[in-house]
Amino acid sequence: MEWETVIGLEIHAQLATKSKIFSGASTAYGAEPNTQACAVDLGLPGVLPVLNEQAMHLALRFGVAIGAEIAPYSVFSRKNYFYPDLPKGYQISQFELPIVGQGVLDIEVEGETKRIGVTRAHLEEDAGKSLHEDFQGLSGIDLNRAGTPLLEIVSEPDMRSAKEAVAYMKKIHTLVRYLGICDGNMQEGSFRCDANVSVRPKGQAEFGTRAEVKNLNSFRFVEKAINYEVERQIDRIESGLSVVQETRLYDSDLDETRSMRSKEEANDYRYFPDPDLLPVVITEALIEQARGELPELPDAKKLRFKEQYGVDEETAVLLTHSKDTADYYEAVISASGCEVKLCTNWMTGHLAGALNKNGLDITQSPIEHARFAGLLARIADNTISGKIAKQVFEELWHSDQTADEIIDQKGLKQITDTGAIEAIIDEVIANNAGQVEQYLSGKDKVFGFFVGQVMKLTQGKANPGEVNAMLKEKLKR
Amino acid sequence: MALTTEEVNKIAYLARLGIDEQDVDSYAKELSGILNLVEQMSSVNTEQVTPMAHPMDQVQRLRVDEVTEADQRALFQAQAPDVEAGLYLVPKVID
Repeated sequence: MEWETVIGLEIHAQLATKSKIFSGASTAYGAEPNTQACAVDLGLPGVLPVLNEQAMHLALRFGVAIGAEIAPYSVFSRKNYFYPDLPKGYQISQFELPIVGQGVLDIEVEGETKRIGVTRAHLEEDAGKSLHEDFQGLSGIDLNRAGTPLLEIVSEPDMRSAKEAVAYMKKIHTLVRYLGICDGNMQEGSFRCDANVSVRPKGQAEFGTRAEVKNLNSFRFVEKAINYEVERQIDRIESGLSVVQETRLYDSDLDETRSMRSKEEANDYRYFPDPDLLPVVITEALIEQARGELPELPDAKKLRFKEQYGVDEETAVLLTHSKDTADYYEAVISASGCEVKLCTNWMTGHLAGALNKNGLDITQSPIEHARFAGLLARIADNTISGKIAKQVFEELWHSDQTADEIIDQKGLKQITDTGAIEAIIDEVIANNAGQVEQYLSGKDKVFGFFVGQVMKLTQGKANPGEVNAMLKEKLKR
Repeated sequence: MALTTEEVNKIAYLARLGIDEQDVDSYAKELSGILNLVEQMSSVNTEQVTPMAHPMDQVQRLRVDEVTEADQRALFQAQAPDVEAGLYLVPKVID
């Protein structure tokens, strides 16, 4: 039988606020355990949560970016469950009236554009962290993360393959970073997702029973976990068993998903409106303000890059996948004043390669855009050859000097004095009579040897084009 | 609407409340009484009424996004039964 996969994602994006969603404790990552957990975060008696206005603004910005309905009136609810890293015994979340309603997002998979529905996005607080090792049979609880603002972005079950799910997740990842609402750091857990996966016979209208795979914190894991889960469900059904609606965990070491709750009852969160918090009213003015804060969005930027800089789709994706990369690229183009093609090639070639190799992103590049532009300008005006440029690039990477300083100090300037090059060419011809003979007898390949010799003697500082032309001319005689 | 003893036990479990087996029947009766009251209210036609999220006719006040809380870990942990390396220790919760 042919099976169809149905996937919906719940993405948790940690909002980039300085303080927590309901308290004035810091959200900075990496602090000593429990030094950023105040009385509100600990759920001590007598405390009252007060909503962080920035968390609301950031949620709104996301809402307007995906063209979603914004709720004029939204409510916080309590989601009740017991776990030690949730000291209150409930998570403050939104249930019936989320701040962001239905919106859409287009993804591209294998050259095809597909529209994915976003059901809703709501504000909620994160829980703390449990550490299960090293405490003689006890668990250690760090509540620094408790109360960190999250935007949970829930998709429609619109994806039909792991690839589509990853494309959607990447799209949201790019978007939230463009919007400046989330740093997107997946290692630190700022961006993670749960995948609802089910399968059904192709052509069947009803959905199959779904399993929820929790806490996927990399694109690769999302893809692998979904693929594993799909196989597992098909296997079960084909061998006469049924799929159980349950929560599962992905184990990346074993590349498999496991049931998380074996005997515990089905989740019963008993949501109800939180009496500690009043309804949030979103005015038209606030929505307008959020619209005004929208930067150029990824799709629009990609389109503009293709039109303005004549780059192909693949390159445009590469240059716009992060706003920082796009900004760097445009800063280089304007600062170097050289042709776009040269900037594009160096940006997607050498710079991207070196960053990749060193596991850095563009914001961590040892070469700031101004120094990079300085290098490109010297290539464009023929001060240095492409070969020497690679050497200068290395120096730029490892020092704070500008390209001009490096070229000056190391004497890398291209020899423009044709007389000097001519003299060297004459020397090479005079010293290699045998090769000259070969060349004249029709062995064109030897030509490369002469170029090599000249470049060697000029330490690569001669313009290769010029050398070629002059050599050809001289060898004719 | 009448609650069964199983339902009462389940609700107690969800709320992590320890209740005496001998009290279950009376709880069932009392809780059923509350539900009956709710049922009575449910029979009123409320089609024209906007659901109320909060008894106070006010909107949420907002807080400026600033860090205002200093670290008081030592004070808070002085009340905790068990701590180690800055962590609160609790009975192991993983299967």
